[in-house]
Amino acid sequence: MSTLDMSQEYTSAEMMTVTAARALENGMTCFVGIGLPSEAANLARLTHAPGVVLIYESGTLQTKPDVLPLSIGDGELCESALTTVSVPEMFRYWLQGGKVNVGFLGTAQIDRFANLNTTLIGDYQAPKVRLPGGGGAPEIATNAGEVFITLKHSKRAFVKDVDFVTTLGFGRDGKGRDGVPNIGKGPTRVITDLCVMKPDPETKELTVVSLHPGVSREDVTEATGWEIRFADELESTPLPAEHELRILRDLKNRTERQHAGE
Amino acid sequence: MAEFLSLHDAIAQYVEDGATVAMEGFTHLIPFAAGHEVIRQRKQDLTLIRMTPDLIYDQLIGAGCAKKVIFSWGGNPGVGSLHRLRDAVEKGWPRHIDILEHSHAAMACAFEAGAAGLPLAVLRGYVGSELPSVNDQIKFIECPFTGERLAAVPSIRPDVSVVHAQKADRAGNVLVEGIVGVQKEAVLAATRSIVTVEEIVDDLDAHPNACVIPGWAIDAVAVVEKGALPSYTHGYYPRNNRFYKEWDAIARDRDVFSRWIDENVMNQREDA
Repeated sequence: MSTLDMSQEYTSAEMMTVTAARALENGMTCFVGIGLPSEAANLARLTHAPGVVLIYESGTLQTKPDVLPLSIGDGELCESALTTVSVPEMFRYWLQGGKVNVGFLGTAQIDRFANLNTTLIGDYQAPKVRLPGGGGAPEIATNAGEVFITLKHSKRAFVKDVDFVTTLGFGRDGKGRDGVPNIGKGPTRVITDLCVMKPDPETKELTVVSLHPGVSREDVTEATGWEIRFADELESTPLPAEHELRILRDLKNRTERQHAGE
Repeated sequence: MAEFLSLHDAIAQYVEDGATVAMEGFTHLIPFAAGHEVIRQRKQDLTLIRMTPDLIYDQLIGAGCAKKVIFSWGGNPGVGSLHRLRDAVEKGWPRHIDILEHSHAAMACAFEAGAAGLPLAVLRGYVGSELPSVNDQIKFIECPFTGERLAAVPSIRPDVSVVHAQKADRAGNVLVEGIVGVQKEAVLAATRSIVTVEEIVDDLDAHPNACVIPGWAIDAVAVVEKGALPSYTHGYYPRNNRFYKEWDAIARDRDVFSRWIDENVMNQREDA
């Protein structure tokens, strides 16, 4: 199928979602966070990975929503699920029990060791901005086999050190998972609207491995709050395919109509 | 044995000032009508427990009913912040509240431990998280069999739990369907429990493995049609996603919020 004629006709947000979707393989079991991860995971299910198993923390197991949920517990998730279990069962048997290959998360802040902050900006006792908190993420990030993270690239989000480690990436020194028994691999890729990053195999510091078409190294450097490194063999992220964009837009249009109460 | 009470009487009888109260429902079946009744009766100094405070606790906090909130994710799902929660935490309006925050896994386990009559819940959790540094109710213990370091949190044992469900039969047995969250655990973990239901039926028509809470495990059942709006009741009405979005603007401003509470909660009877 043609991609060339699409090159000018997608947004950076769509590029991010399509790239994040492609990270999921058919047959994977994925514990899905709400928002961008949910959008990407459902795009994957509707394109190259029809057999991907999507699990939401509300207890909905193997769900196939027709529209994207606004909340983690929308009725659509339950109605289209293979089965719905209680929330304690979800966290204890399915996540902690080791049945999840990938946790797919978003975040407010991320640092160079892929630690996530969704708790607050500033000091805990006198926060500048109070964020929602951990939710399922602290245990998703450690009990899932590996973790994908997707968020928009900006200096506010990509900081050298997060104000608070809500959810473990590799710890403040990159060694947070060393010697810990029964723990997943942690973040294996971070997908933004500019690039794809992976942790350095040795230091665990996030390193750009692929730039999206039309994005320069300077663009990424300027949008990152630390001196970001680039892989020696830097790749160019493949363009979105026409069918991926069409299916994504259909999904978003359906979702918008439903959430507007139409 | 469940007693059929009006919502007013159930709240008046079982929710005392200073009580520890869990109003559960994971996005689904949130007992909004009961929360509004708590506001109308001007209950004070409550310790409110909920995994996801949602709009219901945003309203209770903004109305000044809470002194402490125990939670694991305090946002407006898919929309943004809970502005009343934030205003109370950041600026102490309308009063200072204490917060104790957990992860979902820990709270779910703590409700389950409460239902099981245990003093604590054990989980493989909080690894590398800084939450234990700001919440002294998160400890770590060593497994006596393997030596593995595991997280421990105290079980949740509310004075009162309030949940909403689809229906009760005439003996007060309650059927919960759809996303069942931690409602059953919340009811069984509490000293007292109130269940609001959409309707009373002769026969629950429940499958053998359905989530049924026996009437003898519940203190009060109150019929409240649409008692979960703007959240939803599976099989009865959908979530009012539009209201969840509109709430953002209402809750952002103290005066707009106070007016909304006056017009939509204080001036309404429970059956309005």
